[in-house]
Amino acid sequence: MATIIGIWIAAGLTLFIYSFLYKDNHFYKFAEHLYVGITAGYWLIYTWAYTIQPMLLDPIIKNKEFILIIPAFFGIIMLTRWFPSISWLSRWSIAFTVGIGAGLGVTGSIQGFILPQLRSTILPITGFDFATFNNLLIIFGVITTLVYFYFSKEHRGVLGQGAKIGMTFIMIAFGASFGYTVMARISLLIGRIYFLMFDWLGTIF
Amino acid sequence: MKIFEKMSRIDRRYIYILIAAVVIVPLLLKPKLPIIPTKPVKDIFDYVENLPEGSNILISIDYDAASMPEQQPFLEALLRQCFRNNLKPVMLVQWQLGAPLGTQGLEKIAKECNAEYGVDYINLGYRPGYVAQMVGIGREIRDYFAVDYKNVSVDSFPIMKNIHNYNDFALLVGLEAGATYLLWVEYAGGRFKQKIALALNAVSAPDAYYFYQSKQIIGIVGGMKGAAEYEMLENKPDLAVAGMASQSYSHILIIIFIIFGNIAFFVEKNRMKKEGGK
Amino acid sequence: MLKSKNIPLTITFIVGIIMIVSFFIPHRPFGDIEQISLKWYSIIAGFTMLLGVDSLVGLHYRKIKRKEENWQHSIVLIAGFLMVVIAGIVGTVQFGSAFDEKSFFTYIYNYFIVPLQSTMFSLLAFFVASAAYRAFRARNVDAALLLITAVIVMLGRVPVGEVISPYLPKFTDWIMEVPQMAAKRGIGLGIYLGALGVSIRIILGIERSYLS
Repeated sequence: MATIIGIWIAAGLTLFIYSFLYKDNHFYKFAEHLYVGITAGYWLIYTWAYTIQPMLLDPIIKNKEFILIIPAFFGIIMLTRWFPSISWLSRWSIAFTVGIGAGLGVTGSIQGFILPQLRSTILPITGFDFATFNNLLIIFGVITTLVYFYFSKEHRGVLGQGAKIGMTFIMIAFGASFGYTVMARISLLIGRIYFLMFDWLGTIF
Repeated sequence: MKIFEKMSRIDRRYIYILIAAVVIVPLLLKPKLPIIPTKPVKDIFDYVENLPEGSNILISIDYDAASMPEQQPFLEALLRQCFRNNLKPVMLVQWQLGAPLGTQGLEKIAKECNAEYGVDYINLGYRPGYVAQMVGIGREIRDYFAVDYKNVSVDSFPIMKNIHNYNDFALLVGLEAGATYLLWVEYAGGRFKQKIALALNAVSAPDAYYFYQSKQIIGIVGGMKGAAEYEMLENKPDLAVAGMASQSYSHILIIIFIIFGNIAFFVEKNRMKKEGGK
Repeated sequence: MLKSKNIPLTITFIVGIIMIVSFFIPHRPFGDIEQISLKWYSIIAGFTMLLGVDSLVGLHYRKIKRKEENWQHSIVLIAGFLMVVIAGIVGTVQFGSAFDEKSFFTYIYNYFIVPLQSTMFSLLAFFVASAAYRAFRARNVDAALLLITAVIVMLGRVPVGEVISPYLPKFTDWIMEVPQMAAKRGIGLGIYLGALGVSIRIILGIERSYLS
């Protein structure tokens, strides 16, 4: 029974949101605000259950890992942003997280992206087959796209021609992304209509 | 030519009705269309298929309900394949709003395949930190996941006995709805040489092709279509396959919209040119 | 003195450098320091969630208090928030975990969050169809190229493309794996080179906007 009530609630909320397609209205606004409120509550419970309890409270209380008071302190002073007079304290926590992110970013971007991606662009172009043609296109496409985003010099002459060709590659890439985006959005619609047709109407017929 | 003028001013709600109809009708009529697996999908399937029995597979739930129709079918097909081959899924979550979807998929398929929690699979739940966590797992997974998703010590489960870091996972499968996959590839892949397979929602899938070409990932399952291909490979057509006809006809309708819109645009442009010429 | 920006700048510099050094020397003591720092990072990151929740709930609480326009909607938001928090607490007490399959917290997830979130995003299908009809115009060669690629990919990536011509999916594969991949790689390299520069500037204290 609870499941059937749940399905009806879900169907009602789904239709509330779709009512926006006719025009903006209170049913849509109701669903929209409910969504935001519920999500915020969900975050709060998650922060407790998946961060504060298992990573902080339990280790401190059960395992006596008192060193964890330090990140707890940094976490709590992050919340000083609520109080303007001491909000400067939150900078310490932000500085810590930004420093870690930046430090990891230096090595991660070089080792995990820039080097392997450059290595994979250096492809053999010695043959006379389709694979060689593709390799040429890849090399050419990567270089001209980079040229397009190179703004330190005016796009004239060879640089201008390169940028123009880069633009062509970029347009193909954006076209492909657009095609895939349509695909994604339609998939989501299929999911919802499937729910309404089979899960919800299935409780009636 | 007036018809094009009229059509260019058509109420958008008629367009909405058409798009809804083109999704609903195929779901009812269920026309059969060929679903032929592409290489990036087949590469993942074959890799998983050839893993030695008992291998651990790290599955990361990096999506939420907004991408459910694209990711959930793949998750279920992958889990079926894992349990069928006696592989051991270890699930963790980077997107907290998706955690219950992972749990439900895992429990559903485990029940279907008679898999036992803590022995054949485990669900570690969510921890914050993204990149820090990904690097940290490289040394010891317990530094982040000392307990499972219900706060039970992971050391109380036999599956975790020999699991400490990436060395103990034969494959990492990321189910991705955003940019989290970049971090997996950069850190788990780049720094710890973890083999990675990605199931991306269709919006992100084109961006990951460079990782496929550079062999930083073993394959790509792109969107609901990719999931449908995986279902076909697993020989158990399910929700993704059921949606493929609607997907196909919706695309055709949108292409017709683009063509009509452009014809109307050029007719109007010509008319304005002529009127301007007078 | 404590308010000075030098303290946070020093913290950023030290932890940034530790991350880099421990990458090259993952042994003691750097490896251990790195692992501890990363764990602390995760814990601190968890707290940021509370900031977001507070500012959202606070904003709507003030809206209700001042009876601003559409304040009734804010009541719905606060009610939804309280419903989940109470369900989470009750679930934790009742089942030992709010995430138990039988808890009301999970029920709310399944029958409120899932339909609301997925429907919200599925609205985009209608808007993209409408935009396809009204806005996607081949105004110049570049735009035409974008549209033609989109049409080929849209057909080649769904089963009906196979019915139209078996070459269509193959051609789509080629587009995805060669020209579009090359452009995306070019864009990606640009972004990562930029991000690398910003990271170095942050560690060295040249980029300080995050402290403002």
